[in-house]
Amino acid sequence: MSPRRIETGGRIDRLRTIRFTFDGTPYTGHAGDTLASALLANGVTLFGRSFKYHRPRGLLSAGVEEPNALVTVLRGEVREPNIAATMVEIYDGLVAVSQNRFPSLAWDVNAINQLGGKLLSAGFYYKTFMGPVFGPLKGTRFWMFCEHFIRRAAGLGKAGIAADTSRYERMNAFCDVLVVGSGPAGLSAAKTAADQGARVILAELDPRFGGSANWSGETIDGAPAADWAARTVSQLEGHDTVRLLPRTTVWGYYDGNTLAALERVTDHKEVPGKGEPRHRYWAIRAKTVVLATGSFERPLVFPGNDRPGVMLAHAAERYANDYGVLPGDRIALFTNNDSAYRSALALKKAGAAIVAIVDVRPEPSSEMRSLATEAEAEILSGHAVVATEGGKALSGLKVQRFDMNSGLLSGDARSIHADCLLMSGGWSPTIHLASQAGARAEWNPARQAFLPPKPTQQRWIGAGAFNGSFSTVEAITEGRGAGLSSAGGASAPAALPDVEAAPGDPNPAPVFEIKAKGKSFVDFQHDVTAEDVRLAHREGFVSVEHLKRYTTLGMATDQGKNSNVPGLAIMAEALGKPIPEVGTTRFRPPYSAVSIGSLAAERFGDLKPERLTPMHDWHLANGATMYSAGLWFRPMIYGLAGETIEQAYVREAKATRESAGIVDVSTLGKIAVQGPDAAEFLDRVYTNMFSTLAVGKARYGLMLREDGLAFDDGTTWRLGEQDFLMTTTTANAGKVMQHLEYFLDVIWPELKVHVTSVTDEWAGAAIGGPKARAILAACVTGTAVDNTTLPFMGIVHGQIAGVPVMICRLSFSGEMAFEVYSGAGYGTHVWEALIEAGKPFGLVTYGLEALGTMRIEKGHVTGAEIDGRTTARDLHLDWMLSKKKPFIGSAMMDREGLIAPDRLQLVGLVSLDNLPLNGGAHIVAELDETNPHDSLGHITACCYSPALGKHIALALVEGGKARHGTRAFVSDPLRKRFGPVEIVSNHFYDPDGSRMHG
Amino acid sequence: MLITCPYCGPRDVIEFTYQGDGNRERPQPNSQDLDAWNAYVYDRLNPAGDHNEIWQHSGGCRTHLRMVRNTVTHEISSTGFARGDHNAVARHKEGGKS
Repeated sequence: MSPRRIETGGRIDRLRTIRFTFDGTPYTGHAGDTLASALLANGVTLFGRSFKYHRPRGLLSAGVEEPNALVTVLRGEVREPNIAATMVEIYDGLVAVSQNRFPSLAWDVNAINQLGGKLLSAGFYYKTFMGPVFGPLKGTRFWMFCEHFIRRAAGLGKAGIAADTSRYERMNAFCDVLVVGSGPAGLSAAKTAADQGARVILAELDPRFGGSANWSGETIDGAPAADWAARTVSQLEGHDTVRLLPRTTVWGYYDGNTLAALERVTDHKEVPGKGEPRHRYWAIRAKTVVLATGSFERPLVFPGNDRPGVMLAHAAERYANDYGVLPGDRIALFTNNDSAYRSALALKKAGAAIVAIVDVRPEPSSEMRSLATEAEAEILSGHAVVATEGGKALSGLKVQRFDMNSGLLSGDARSIHADCLLMSGGWSPTIHLASQAGARAEWNPARQAFLPPKPTQQRWIGAGAFNGSFSTVEAITEGRGAGLSSAGGASAPAALPDVEAAPGDPNPAPVFEIKAKGKSFVDFQHDVTAEDVRLAHREGFVSVEHLKRYTTLGMATDQGKNSNVPGLAIMAEALGKPIPEVGTTRFRPPYSAVSIGSLAAERFGDLKPERLTPMHDWHLANGATMYSAGLWFRPMIYGLAGETIEQAYVREAKATRESAGIVDVSTLGKIAVQGPDAAEFLDRVYTNMFSTLAVGKARYGLMLREDGLAFDDGTTWRLGEQDFLMTTTTANAGKVMQHLEYFLDVIWPELKVHVTSVTDEWAGAAIGGPKARAILAACVTGTAVDNTTLPFMGIVHGQIAGVPVMICRLSFSGEMAFEVYSGAGYGTHVWEALIEAGKPFGLVTYGLEALGTMRIEKGHVTGAEIDGRTTARDLHLDWMLSKKKPFIGSAMMDREGLIAPDRLQLVGLVSLDNLPLNGGAHIVAELDETNPHDSLGHITACCYSPALGKHIALALVEGGKARHGTRAFVSDPLRKRFGPVEIVSNHFYDPDGSRMHG
Repeated sequence: MLITCPYCGPRDVIEFTYQGDGNRERPQPNSQDLDAWNAYVYDRLNPAGDHNEIWQHSGGCRTHLRMVRNTVTHEISSTGFARGDHNAVARHKEGGKS
């Protein structure tokens, strides 16, 4: 028999023994135990070391609010730190270790920090580690020097480095009523709503439904409350419309009554079931939420309140009644309210001796006196605990006479021998979710607690202790009311059950702190003392938000579930203001720790969709090296064996200019612009005129943004009187589509135009070079392709290999060139036919590198030049700005700053040292390699030009056009490339266009 | 956050794209009033409270909505077509009262 396990009682399965280890020591427990209850049963009192002072710490609570007993759970190489031992269900083979101690929990060298308290007080990071004003460690250097040691000494568990191999899952759920919490209020609400036919989800963070009914020792309808809870749960299980979620923490309340919950599916299992995820993230949309989240018991703040063996009163009651474990043999209680008397009686019944009930109030009620008598406990009314004794376990405490109105102590201290001290400082409703939902908490002076206000726009109803209604009968009544109204039900529900419970006044005395010598902890996990709070006040941190950040009160992993209200009360006292005037901080999600894995669920790794052109597989099969351009994959080069990238693109570009080349242009954005007002609409969105374009012709167009800067360019083809096919750059296809839709829908709804994205409907191949026309003539049927039938910018319809195609004669490469469009499904078919027809003519396939090389040679602009900062004039496209009509951007494009002569303008550069240029390199007038300065602009694109036999580039240079024919330098200190260049026109090659017009 | 698209009904915010302040008024296309253009292109209201906004149902029917959203509480008090009064459609979707 374990030293602290009682013979009977508790809801553990005594027939099933579970073996686990803590810090390498093997222990046993029973099915139904938490790590906390099992270790407590084995006589363990020391669970962890505190954050700053490395003080020994034991269990404070029995639930999710636990600040002290944080452990790391190991599963193979995977470690999960900072888990409350109170939330870990034990299983065979569980391996848990303690944290923040070296070399061991019992003997921790950093416990020396306790002696240096002053150096580690509030704001110590900013004070203790401010360096001297001179010397090698001046200023922040001292902090840099100390940081390593502080990070080692402070803090909690260590994260692992092994990849988490667990699977996580995400679920969306919808319901009429989401009930959060399954105590008497939640069960009653869920049952009532379900009986009304509502779709109900009931979420409970513990493994077992029932909440306080499981350990209160109360009687409902003549049977133990736990039986009532079990019966209600089995009735709920019988409803098809009810989903029960145990081990599920509802941690976030978002807009539109969307709540986030974490279900711990297999953390309590030695081996997960087949297909089970570790955690499941639930996104629940509920018509109405019933918040039955209960309340937290508050600690009292007095010297030594953090010693192992000092625990919350209800937690001890729960260990006895839920787990059959007594936290001590000789138990003392310290309270400012009636609820501790019930705990005393429960522990007496479980077999402990109650040595004293220390009550700050001068006159406990006669009901409390009779409870104390039943517990055979001496009441020390008008007394307070002023010290505790012991090391890694409690050995005794000292009490003194206390006047709760003045807060003064008097008389001699009296020692009491006890191995466990239970404290109760009143109860704080768990209003976190309501606060997240936007409700500002309201201070209730009678309950000495923040109560939830009326809901704002979110649809929730509170019930039970959440509302400050602490008795079970109130919980059941309010739960039933909430269930009925949330389900919209009107029919009378069954009669309320009969509850027999210990009496008690729900209002505590307004006492939060006993001021006596020694460290009195407010925030146990972050080692924030009452003195730290007062120090922060003395130093001028008067706002509760500042107090919180300066002292880090409530900022530990427990998020101040125990400490917020006591901390606020101490601050209010220091300020001489009532608590409601000091205010409280808003709670934010998550309510408790959430695994990142559950948020990602199945969505990890590379999540980008891949866009492939219809000819993608052909490119791969024919030696293309693919390049990702946005979401698209495009051939970069079709390299031959042993070729470098440069050799490949030079060969491809050269062959295109000498005979012919073909490139996949299916990625260009394509938008069908159709309707009676289509031409008018294009006149408004393009800078140049489209209404004058003849059917069967295409035109190059430029769009500006509203602010007058260049936006996108492309060709638009008039296929019919009211039918245009617009092409956009690959990168801007989505943006242009959105731009057109916005203007049609919001600005000019009177225009009868419809725009449709048809990018994926067409496969496109651009074929260019001196032999291009001959290749087309060899394979196109149904139309001629001679200069008369198909002039520059003309469009014809015909067939290739039996497939209808649309051919437009336009050129990006500067050669005589054609874009051949076919239905996407026939893309490869047409492509292969073109390749076959080109064989006798020396046709090559070329990729993005050669495409880019030929466009640089021609001085065409792309997204590198239309970078959101350049105007049409900067790019020498002012010939496209119509003066006959307004268009988007026309009003703003002539602003002073946009027409200044010293703006960056597009130029060409030729490397004068015959070395390659780099994209992004700066252009300077004078070379200064050690101290580069006065940039005139930068290179936007560069290549080796096979047509010119030189390294060339496009650049944006201040007053660029005026500098044609002058020398400058590239200055690229990061890549150590400096050298002379000549500034020339951006039209390097065939400036009069004779080749493409040919 | 749920946004009620006049065509598609209530949908998750993830389907929508914010398209800016709905108070902007575009000057007449050939207006030379640079101040008016400047206000249209650059000035945005940033109220703590009700805000008139344009959203696009970009992951759905792609219509543009004009809606009033409270920037503090995220409460959406009205939605409709950005292009004008097509409330009849919205009313129809909500329960056919029109």
